[in-house]
Amino acid sequence: MKPAPFDYYCPETLDEAAGLLEQHGDDGKVLAGGQSLMPLMSLRLARPSVIVDLNRVSGLDGIGANGDGGLHIGALTRQRALERDAGLPARNPLLAAAVPLIGHFQIRNRGTVGGSLVHADPAAELPAVTVALGADFVLASAGGERVVSADEFYLGYMATACEANEVLTEIRVPAWKTGRLWAIDEVSRRKGDFAMVGVALWADMDGSTCTDSRITLFGVGGRPVRVEKAEQRLHGAALDDATLKEVERIVFEELEPDSDIHASALYRREVGGVLTRRALRAAAERATEGGA
Amino acid sequence: MSTKSILNLTVNGKAYEKLVEVRMTLADFLRNELDLTGTHLGCEHGVCGACTVIMNGEAVRSCLLLAVQAEGATLETVEGLADGDRLHPLQAAFQDRHALQCGFCTPGFLMTATAFLKENPQPTDAEIREAISGNICRCTGYQPIIEAIGQAAPEVGGKPRE
Repeated sequence: MKPAPFDYYCPETLDEAAGLLEQHGDDGKVLAGGQSLMPLMSLRLARPSVIVDLNRVSGLDGIGANGDGGLHIGALTRQRALERDAGLPARNPLLAAAVPLIGHFQIRNRGTVGGSLVHADPAAELPAVTVALGADFVLASAGGERVVSADEFYLGYMATACEANEVLTEIRVPAWKTGRLWAIDEVSRRKGDFAMVGVALWADMDGSTCTDSRITLFGVGGRPVRVEKAEQRLHGAALDDATLKEVERIVFEELEPDSDIHASALYRREVGGVLTRRALRAAAERATEGGA
Repeated sequence: MSTKSILNLTVNGKAYEKLVEVRMTLADFLRNELDLTGTHLGCEHGVCGACTVIMNGEAVRSCLLLAVQAEGATLETVEGLADGDRLHPLQAAFQDRHALQCGFCTPGFLMTATAFLKENPQPTDAEIREAISGNICRCTGYQPIIEAIGQAAPEVGGKPRE
């Protein structure tokens, strides 16, 4: 199938892009890397009458350091650029480990960080990781800028707080704490496929005691799912087998996924619990081995 | 804003200027406007990898790009691999290892492997497997493709990317 006809705009500045979206409202659609929108258009699941292509807008890509040790990532940064950033594993190992799990390398060559976040596929890695990291998203429109937390951004199945006249321009990731444990893991039928279930997590430790954590699952609901009861169980506890086994059970009970063609709800709850346990153990073991 | 646009790009070393419909994908442009039918279209929604081409040095799915997005770009397609009658080392290795049967997916595998080996000139089998995981072949069972890419690696790989 081929995309239905549309008017194509290729602005070179953010102001121009925002102006076009203001003018065309719900008829307009932002095109970034095209790795999600183009399939939807080819399948005629999306038929926007106006395409605003961001690829020639300058200043929307790149990875930089915030003053407080965090990162700011331009929304148009290709996933492949993150993957190749030699400094990223030290600055944010969870984000660095998530990127190679996205699709295939040909997809990551074009796919953008912002595109994946705004497309908001509930099985995608980056939305869950940004929720786990407590990232903020900068949304720009003709009227100015606003900042929305990743947690507030995801409203439901492929629904976000990004209005039709807004463009995601930047992702702000808080500083990574030294010594923080982390892991990301997923189960998919084939390497590169969307995850049936995945988990991204981190835990801060005081000696062998967990002081804070964030556990976010993907593929188990309409949006990234934070399992707060499981997080609470970890706090003040050691990451020993008994605790992890209990966390597994809590995640199983806390998840409320739907069944679909790929997996049943029960399977997703089961795997969600097991993956969380394994990820926590992997995080703890990696730390013991002295790796970051 | 018109639904047609003038497009300038370079494909396999040759410069082109064409008036294209903005909704035309790069894959359709290569096949229908430039008659470069070596780039194949399987699924047309980014799953099968048959349409993989190299744009500005990177392997990309040409069905997921609009032709107009390739304005100013330098493209390599499977037609650019062989030097006259002399096969590219990857093509020769594919022939040698029987890495194709019907051949429909082969252009996508060749372009994927070309880009991959430039970046990773001495890959392990596991790395080759991952590199081709975005390309679907229904004939070979992949094993001969993995062998062919490994065989061609010493000849194809340039310097590793920094």
